[in-house]
Amino acid sequence: MAHHVVPFKTNLITLLALVGLTIITVITAKFVDLGNFNLALAMLIASVKASIVLLWFMHLKYDGMMNRVIAVTAVLFLLIFYGFSFSDLYFR
Amino acid sequence: MSTVKINRKETHSHHFSSMDQEHEAGKQGVWLFMVTELMMFGGLFVGYFIYRGLHYDAWYEGGSLLDWRLGAFNTLVLLVSSFTMAQAVTDTMQGNNKKALRNVIITTACAFIFLIVKYFEYSGKIHHGLFPGFDLWTYEGQTGENLRLFFVLYFVMTGLHGLHIIIGIGLMFWLIKRLRRDDFNEKYYTSVEGVGLYWHIVDLIWIYLFPLMYLI
Amino acid sequence: MGAHGENYINCEKGIWSWLTTIDHKRIALLYFITIMLFFLMGGLFAILLRLELLTPETLFMSSDVYNRAMTLHGSIMVFMVIVPGVPALLGNFCLPLMIGAKDVAFPKLNLARWYCLIIGAFIAILSLFWGGVDTGWTFYTPYSAKSSDAVTLVVLGAFVMGFSSVLTGVNFIVTIHKLRAPGMTMMRLPLFVWSLYSTAIIQVIATPVLGITLLLLIVERTFNIGIFDASLGGDPVLFQHFFWFYSHPAVYIMILPAMGIISEVVSTFSQKTIFGYKAIAYSSMAIAAVSFVVWGHHMFVSGQSDVAGVLFSVITVLVGVPTAIKLFNWVATMYKARVKLDTPMLYAINFIALFTIGGLTGLFLAAFNVDVHLHDTYFVVAHFHYTMLGGALMGFFAGLFFWFPKMSGRMYDEFLGRVTAIMTFVGFNLTFIPQFIMGSQGMPRRYHTYDGVFSPYHIASTVGSWLVAAGFILAIYILARSFFKGEKAPKDPWGATTLEWTADTPPIHENFLEIPEVTGRPYEYR
Repeated sequence: MAHHVVPFKTNLITLLALVGLTIITVITAKFVDLGNFNLALAMLIASVKASIVLLWFMHLKYDGMMNRVIAVTAVLFLLIFYGFSFSDLYFR
Repeated sequence: MSTVKINRKETHSHHFSSMDQEHEAGKQGVWLFMVTELMMFGGLFVGYFIYRGLHYDAWYEGGSLLDWRLGAFNTLVLLVSSFTMAQAVTDTMQGNNKKALRNVIITTACAFIFLIVKYFEYSGKIHHGLFPGFDLWTYEGQTGENLRLFFVLYFVMTGLHGLHIIIGIGLMFWLIKRLRRDDFNEKYYTSVEGVGLYWHIVDLIWIYLFPLMYLI
Repeated sequence: MGAHGENYINCEKGIWSWLTTIDHKRIALLYFITIMLFFLMGGLFAILLRLELLTPETLFMSSDVYNRAMTLHGSIMVFMVIVPGVPALLGNFCLPLMIGAKDVAFPKLNLARWYCLIIGAFIAILSLFWGGVDTGWTFYTPYSAKSSDAVTLVVLGAFVMGFSSVLTGVNFIVTIHKLRAPGMTMMRLPLFVWSLYSTAIIQVIATPVLGITLLLLIVERTFNIGIFDASLGGDPVLFQHFFWFYSHPAVYIMILPAMGIISEVVSTFSQKTIFGYKAIAYSSMAIAAVSFVVWGHHMFVSGQSDVAGVLFSVITVLVGVPTAIKLFNWVATMYKARVKLDTPMLYAINFIALFTIGGLTGLFLAAFNVDVHLHDTYFVVAHFHYTMLGGALMGFFAGLFFWFPKMSGRMYDEFLGRVTAIMTFVGFNLTFIPQFIMGSQGMPRRYHTYDGVFSPYHIASTVGSWLVAAGFILAIYILARSFFKGEKAPKDPWGATTLEWTADTPPIHENFLEIPEVTGRPYEYR
């Protein structure tokens, strides 16, 4: 798990994927009207991009279990924060 | 205890039992610190979503007042910088400090470009009376005070993100200094990796900020 | 003994060697001094508040001064005493010793967080000279956005102290993950370490949210904008969500380490291995997890939705389960044991008795409908003092008396120690039982005056507070005196059976001459 060198090619492909997704998110958000679904789609694309960054650029794909657990924990607790705040705001 | 200057390239600190252990510990520390970054920005995102739900019209108007082209350009700049940073980590892990130095310098340049674009964006907004504080707010939109709230969140979130970019630049300078000293090798590269993780988190936050602020 | 009787206290000399030390044990002693000073300061405000409440008339504090003193009492006790207290002082000292490490993972960060605490505290206390703050320690908007400028200072101070808390969390988690001695598996960790672990997780996840909340408040004040101002499109209740997302888990930052101490003390002085090791360890983690989904019970009357109210009410009751598991296990450990009633054990018994009351009254308050009646009354005040003072601080003192011989290499006056434990117990109940009664009859909190019918209760409460103060001052005094004049302590004065007691007393600079190899269960070093 330690000392896994990520080759140049992998980094480059990662970059190209991220750029591609950026273009897609601009096109879908600016030029395709999906109503409320636009937000969901933009968030979905952003999350895919974030996962790519986490897995390849931040080496979670090659890293030990514990650092993955740590990263997932942060996301989980943010969802809790968000969800419970909404249980108030949307039912007032 | 004598204070022998430890050559960090060959030995681990006194309280660790191996370099591997020290490296793993350092990396995990950075990851935990990243959790705090995510939670801090996450709080702002929660605020963003809740107010967006309450004042959808103002959010729509606010988003249309921002120039998405500048936002998209900055996104690409940050993505490229993330790539060069990742490449710098790869280089140091292969023991090539020279190549790593070049990549870190490109990363730093990208960070400056990002800030320059941000500067023009900010001054444009202030010029149009869209800065919500200090009685500088003169813009008359259709959604009144709620539009102002959008710009409060815009300035707080991008401002805090910009602050992280500036801190990142400071860290880059530190790396440049150490890379020029040829400080790292295949076994000891924790600092480069740690700054890398930090820089990717800054990028990751922008990945969410960009569509939320500029696009929808 | 190290070479020539050398230990961590005397291995380097001069004030500079202390201010720049990165030895976790020396940093623990720095915390000892600072936290005790803060504790005395917070206590002083408490005594002044109780004195003012002796009669319904104004004795020496106007309502304004009263509000400020109350805010300072709360802020000091929460941010400067109880939150850093156990992890930073006892945790810092014991953690590496307990897991067989030479130091914590990041010794320099360890020192940095002490300076964070000092700087933050300095900024916060500076507000006194800026006219004081009268918002209460919760800084609720919109009032905190409009009242005196000193609010910015206190909030900034709390923000800086937040860094201290985060660094503690990061440091401890990595230390526990990466620096355990060979053979020390997670299931061989002493229970105090487990409680520090769960505390550290809460610190890392929750504290940043406090940071951003306070930052938003500062922004709102400085730039004159309305993030939480309803007239400007903001939502004041959102501030409360943000604030309690940190501050509810924060009460577990305060209580969990104390629970860990009680596990150690109870098993040592019952002369038995702890009953239900795994149950206690996992219940710490369960409390940490559940603590994040109950914050709305602070907001039952703040205008949050009924859906959220019911949801939070139901989940809050769940906290009772892991807490009760711990209590049952402690009592089961004491059952049919030869219990030695030394000072740490007396404090531990104080904890168990008082915290049970605090926890059970918490269940009343967790019930949505009951809380509407009891909210913002002295019932709430009494409840959280039973958990914070009766729980967290009693546990803190149990730990102080327990590990003091290891820290200082000296014994304290056992008889006087027991006297302080009994004094604080009696005084504490005298202070706060009347407040339960008053609260259920409708005495509101945070007022500097009251209706005459409550007089007898208030007088009893004030007299009780004197006894508590005398007890704690005496306790600190005997510890401070024995640091210089006490008898030499043996290696293991209590017959305790965890790893830290196998180190020298006081420990040498790097704790162990050789890193120990762990082969047995956590409570089997004899």
